[in-house]
Amino acid sequence: MVKRSNEPFWWALFGAGGVVAALTVPVLLLLTGLAFPLGWLPAPGYEALNELFSHLLVRLAILVIVSLSAFHWAHRFRFTLYDGLQIKHLNAPVAFLCYGSAVAFTVLAAVSLYTF
Amino acid sequence: MTVSYGRYKKYHPWLYQPRHPILWWIKKWAYVRFILRETTSLAVMFYAVVLVLYVNAVSKGPEAFAAFSEWLASPLSISLHSVAFLFAVFHSYTWFNLAPKAMVVRVGTKKVPESVILGANYAMWAGVSIVLFWILTTI
Repeated sequence: MVKRSNEPFWWALFGAGGVVAALTVPVLLLLTGLAFPLGWLPAPGYEALNELFSHLLVRLAILVIVSLSAFHWAHRFRFTLYDGLQIKHLNAPVAFLCYGSAVAFTVLAAVSLYTF
Repeated sequence: MTVSYGRYKKYHPWLYQPRHPILWWIKKWAYVRFILRETTSLAVMFYAVVLVLYVNAVSKGPEAFAAFSEWLASPLSISLHSVAFLFAVFHSYTWFNLAPKAMVVRVGTKKVPESVILGANYAMWAGVSIVLFWILTTI
């Protein structure tokens, strides 16, 4: 019996993460990372953010964004290491390290967001 | 008699294994572009971490949020975010431009033209960006 490949599973997460990151990361990063800290736009205060993040759906949306982004990174980074550094013989450990990091990050993010 | 197959591995990777220098991609713009595109995933991951820390700082209280905001305004953070922003935009650009090639949509027997899918992608990007911008600037 042929062992079923789990590549499509990782690829699906990579694809979903690619879409989510492409749609949300530029605007969020521009605002929270540049426009607010540099004073281009008035930054939301603590109270406003506390109110926003108190909604479970908002935190769930953030979890989806960060987790899928992590799996997107894991897949791309894995193949960048694979092709870029010519370490095809380390395929299994590299894959384990990349996807493992994404899983660990997702768990940490989920706990952190859940216990807000 | 036993036959030795040497270091037998699946796909016989040892039969022909040319080595390329690690910087094999630097000589041609198309390859550099490819590596840059793959590198965008680091920026995406960077921001995923920042976003979790951002929410975490708010959950810890006003002092923690003030401290995190101060870090966000530091030269190191601004530099990291500036570079990450360029990579994030490059990711969106390359992702949406590849989408019509990766995903062929048909209506009946007709193939939806690439330009329509491309337009829909960019419209969606603009829509999501406007909504998120509106949320974060009006709360």
